[in-house]
Amino acid sequence: MADATVSSPVRLRRDPTIERPPISRGTVAMVVLNVVIALGAIAMFFPFLWTIITSITPGAGLTSTPALIPDHPSLDAYLRLFAKRPFGRQILNSLGLAVATTVVQLFTSATAAYAFSRLAFRGRGVVFAVYLATMMIPLQLLIVPLFVELKNFGLLNTYLGALLPTFASAFGIFLLRQAVNQVPRELDEAATLDGAGHFRIFLQIVLPNIRPALATLTIFSFMSSWNSFLWPLVVLRLPELQTLPIALAGLQGQYTTQWDIVMAGSVVSVLPMLAIYLFAQKYVIQGVANSGIK
Amino acid sequence: MTTSIAGPSTPAVARAVPPRSTGPVRRTRARYALTVLAFLLPSAIPLALFVLAPMIGAAWVSLLKWNLLAPPQFVGLANYVKLLHDPSTGQVFLHTLYYVVGYLPLVYVGGLALALALNTRLKGRNLLRGVYFLPVVTSWIVVALVWRWLLNPSTGVVNTVLAWFGIHGPGWWTDPNWAMPSIIIASAWKDLGFVMVILLAGLQNIDPDLLDAARVDGAGWWRRLFNVVLPLLSPSTFFVIVISLINGFQVFDQVYAMTGGGPGGASEVVVQQIYDLTFRYGQAGNASALSWMLFVVVLAVTVVQIIGQRRWVTYG
Repeated sequence: MADATVSSPVRLRRDPTIERPPISRGTVAMVVLNVVIALGAIAMFFPFLWTIITSITPGAGLTSTPALIPDHPSLDAYLRLFAKRPFGRQILNSLGLAVATTVVQLFTSATAAYAFSRLAFRGRGVVFAVYLATMMIPLQLLIVPLFVELKNFGLLNTYLGALLPTFASAFGIFLLRQAVNQVPRELDEAATLDGAGHFRIFLQIVLPNIRPALATLTIFSFMSSWNSFLWPLVVLRLPELQTLPIALAGLQGQYTTQWDIVMAGSVVSVLPMLAIYLFAQKYVIQGVANSGIK
Repeated sequence: MTTSIAGPSTPAVARAVPPRSTGPVRRTRARYALTVLAFLLPSAIPLALFVLAPMIGAAWVSLLKWNLLAPPQFVGLANYVKLLHDPSTGQVFLHTLYYVVGYLPLVYVGGLALALALNTRLKGRNLLRGVYFLPVVTSWIVVALVWRWLLNPSTGVVNTVLAWFGIHGPGWWTDPNWAMPSIIIASAWKDLGFVMVILLAGLQNIDPDLLDAARVDGAGWWRRLFNVVLPLLSPSTFFVIVISLINGFQVFDQVYAMTGGGPGGASEVVVQQIYDLTFRYGQAGNASALSWMLFVVVLAVTVVQIIGQRRWVTYG
């Protein structure tokens, strides 16, 4: 992230020593690109800016046009937010569940992706279609049967109960399968000739070559767990077990809502996600450069 | 490369299923089957237990008349018949289709443009990638508030800017004809970063030497895009399209937050109907039946894509 030190994030500079940008037809095109990207970045940043401003405006309402500079900015909303009792614990719950979900999903997705890309077996196409089909039913509908099932297992109000349905993700498997399919098969064939079995090819050839996709999946697994609302709400009923999105939803009162606290909660919930994203993005870009595919 | 693995030169485990036979071949076969299971079971077990099993449970519920409280009553396919005769079923499916058809091209072309622009060596591109990803992690509650404000018919920024050019802007989310386009624009805007991230990862797989070779051969930027970049990006494109359609048919959060299905039901979608049937009207059986109708549509769309991909998706 050396670039982040540049004063204006939207300034573009051509560096003739390295690869030219795709639009190399002249300065005009570059200027247009700069302006469009800059305007777009402002438009993208705006809702988050609004969230931050509202969070430091005591007694803020949401009906009017937001004032860009609050009259009496204050961090009071953040203090009140963290003073709410198990709030710190709820952040840790969310963090723990998100990390566990991400680690397990990376494992289950990579192994399945390898099977669907590199192992021939009867009915592979059908099995893959069934995997994809698990994404096609709205979660709202699965909640009741899932609740009954987990209750029979005695897993209500346990972290395991919240985690089990997230252990495998058809989204992640599909994402990684596309990446594994792009790893040249000559690499496995060479390894096979050297006596490597599937486990070795998986660990030493395939995994290093799909690092950008693994980093991408890290972002999305973490995000889906971090933001998930409905299932944790149903399975974790005790306040000290509950997660951040549920705590944030509880801030929106039945009659009146203190929007500065709600927005402070929103900021607090976005920041870890952004950190994971920026961290993983580095690997998306570096991955292939180091992997010996070239 | 990490292929210099020393080992006994036993016949390599074939990638294809070995022919059926007896003796040592059968043992190889059994070992191969175990390998397949070892790679597949870690994902198959949780999916079967915690997604497929509840799906089957939901399928059973679709054959019941049940309000979640009183004892259910078996009614066979009556829920399906009722839904097929209800004109509002066709309406919500049409609205959902409208959403998908409007949303997909917008989010894909926008996400591709963004990924290409941010794959260049711009100063501050990491920061820009972060900024463009922000909407993806922002909750729909906030995004909907902002977009309702931007698209406010009288005071909104969009109509104000249109007025500078002498264009009288539409009523956006307050107008039945413009409610769905408003939702589509906000959704595409929010998901641009998602598509960007997937395509950026895909772009990393493209060998720069190929682009250099095309450049040496005199191919301009557009030629390189269509003849080199897009074909090599096709596995990522395929992924984005399949996932966007699966998620698009289940659109709900943004409709709920932006228009609540209004005005006058003009933007009501399938999952919203499922939600209302379950939690507002206590008709769990009808809701399940509607979900299964949606499932069949999404499955059909996905299978068509999987079959069609052979024509345009190229791997490695």
